[in-house]
Amino acid sequence: MRETAGERWGRRIVLTLLALFVVIPLYVMVTSAAKPLQDVQNGFTWWPSRPTLQPFIDMWSTVPLARYLVNSLVVSSIAAICSVAVAIFAAFAVSRYRFRGRGVFSVTVLSTQMFPGILFLLPLFLIYVNLGNATGIELYASRTGLIITYLTFSLPFSIWMLVGYFDSIPRGLDEAAQVDGAGPLRTLFQVILPAAVPGVVAVTVYAFMTAWGEVLFASVMTDEGSRTLAVGLQGYSTQFNVYWNQIMAASLVVSVPVVVGFLALQRYFVAGLTAGAVK
Amino acid sequence: MATSTTAPDADQREPRAGSPARGPARRPRGPRRSLLPYLLLAPAVVLELAIHVIPMVVGVWMSLLELTQFHIRNWSTAPFIGLENYRATLDLNSAAGKELLHSFWVTLAYSLLSVGFAWLLGISAAVVLQRPFRGRAILRALFLTPYALPVYAAVITWSFLLQRDTGLVNHVLVDQLGLMNDRPFWLIGDNSFWSLLVVSVWRNWPFAFLCLMAGLQNVPGELYEAAAIDGAGFWRRLRSVTLPMLRPVNLVLLLVLFLWTFNDFNTPFVLFGGSAPEQADLISIHIYRSSFKTWDFGSGSAMSVALLLFLLVVSAAYLLITNRRRDDHA
Repeated sequence: MRETAGERWGRRIVLTLLALFVVIPLYVMVTSAAKPLQDVQNGFTWWPSRPTLQPFIDMWSTVPLARYLVNSLVVSSIAAICSVAVAIFAAFAVSRYRFRGRGVFSVTVLSTQMFPGILFLLPLFLIYVNLGNATGIELYASRTGLIITYLTFSLPFSIWMLVGYFDSIPRGLDEAAQVDGAGPLRTLFQVILPAAVPGVVAVTVYAFMTAWGEVLFASVMTDEGSRTLAVGLQGYSTQFNVYWNQIMAASLVVSVPVVVGFLALQRYFVAGLTAGAVK
Repeated sequence: MATSTTAPDADQREPRAGSPARGPARRPRGPRRSLLPYLLLAPAVVLELAIHVIPMVVGVWMSLLELTQFHIRNWSTAPFIGLENYRATLDLNSAAGKELLHSFWVTLAYSLLSVGFAWLLGISAAVVLQRPFRGRAILRALFLTPYALPVYAAVITWSFLLQRDTGLVNHVLVDQLGLMNDRPFWLIGDNSFWSLLVVSVWRNWPFAFLCLMAGLQNVPGELYEAAAIDGAGFWRRLRSVTLPMLRPVNLVLLLVLFLWTFNDFNTPFVLFGGSAPEQADLISIHIYRSSFKTWDFGSGSAMSVALLLFLLVVSAAYLLITNRRRDDHA
């Protein structure tokens, strides 16, 4: 099927406009991170008057960025790993067994994803605070509390995507393993998981991104010691100065890992979305 | 259940049939087998209960209490006041009720416009990127970048762009193009709504693009070939092949995007630094601020529960209408 000249030009125009819309903020982020402070204080410049890497050095001392970064790394990594581990078992059960409550489980879990976060915020805040007062288990303002919260946030979608992946693995493989004497768990670990590695990796990155980017609970459930990047990045504006060049430098640094991870795995996300949506 | 050996379930329930009798075979296996799926689900169920279900129930309970700052520390002392919180916050003649109603309309307009534009950009990009050409993979990666960025990094960058004196937007509009005489404020006043909308579309359209792209992969190429042979032009193919084939994806996508934008907290919270202007006072921000400003968690919970009920009704109506229409066509 040939493309007409009109279609070709239409395509070029649409793509140019979309690309400009997407690129301009990214361009400003990257170039402004290399600007001296006066460039971001007196009007806007398209290009740094004197390109410098100073903002990338200063950003660590203006706010305790290293602490926020470590907090975010610890919280997001542990939440992602635990979330995927829990999701693997749940998805295995949903994909390979027919049991009473299977439908209810799937629907309930997916629908919580759609509920307003604000609905959980106030009760969880109270539960965490009161649990701390009553039992001494510090969940409020601690990284543990954040980890548990975030790992549950990414759980529904992780389960959904993994069920899609597991369903696409032929049951013949399971049966062959079972004939060889493998129990259900060995089938899961030695047959299904190796075949679903891309899906598991994609889900891990998704869970990491969810925790890395969460703002609402981070703004309420943390104190100075457990603060994550989501809240900490707002500390660059003081009463006297807004260090826009350092904000852009810090934004760039915290974005690069997740963007690279996401883009490297994007086709597995597409595959996971399709696999999940087909059913 | 596992009586027939030909059913797929039955095969799984007798996995060791061909294996020599070892340890597990001596133990009674029947009950353990049927318990296994529940054991596998247990961690997920416990977490969902602890973080989603129980807090939701607690939230409904809280909305029936006089849970003001005097009772926050020890909420068992908060008196039960029935539907008083609902009456107070949803009373449209009171100041609080008027503010909530205003916030509701702002949120509704914001969601509908944001979803509409995000879908439009997403379908445009998905359709023009359907055919392979040089640079397609790069453009696809570029278009997905806003979605992959952490929300705060993306929105902070936008708030820099929208600064009155040091932002790119005013620099281009006022200094370079000379379209306006005085520099407008973009983050306060009437403009703040449109700023919020643009940022939200920028953040959300890649998700629409991703889903629609995945959906288009399932459209068989022969359909387009057949349509082209019949002399169908671009728009005709879009209307008669692409959109009908994308219908299942669109049904889910539009609902999910609507719920996400309606509940959006992150974009306004980061863009306006926690104090959204009245014109961009989304409902999540509204509840958040009124709860933590006055520490009146009772009325905050009442508003949250009302929000949930509204979204449930909207979702149910949406699913009902779209399902009925599908039956009509069948």
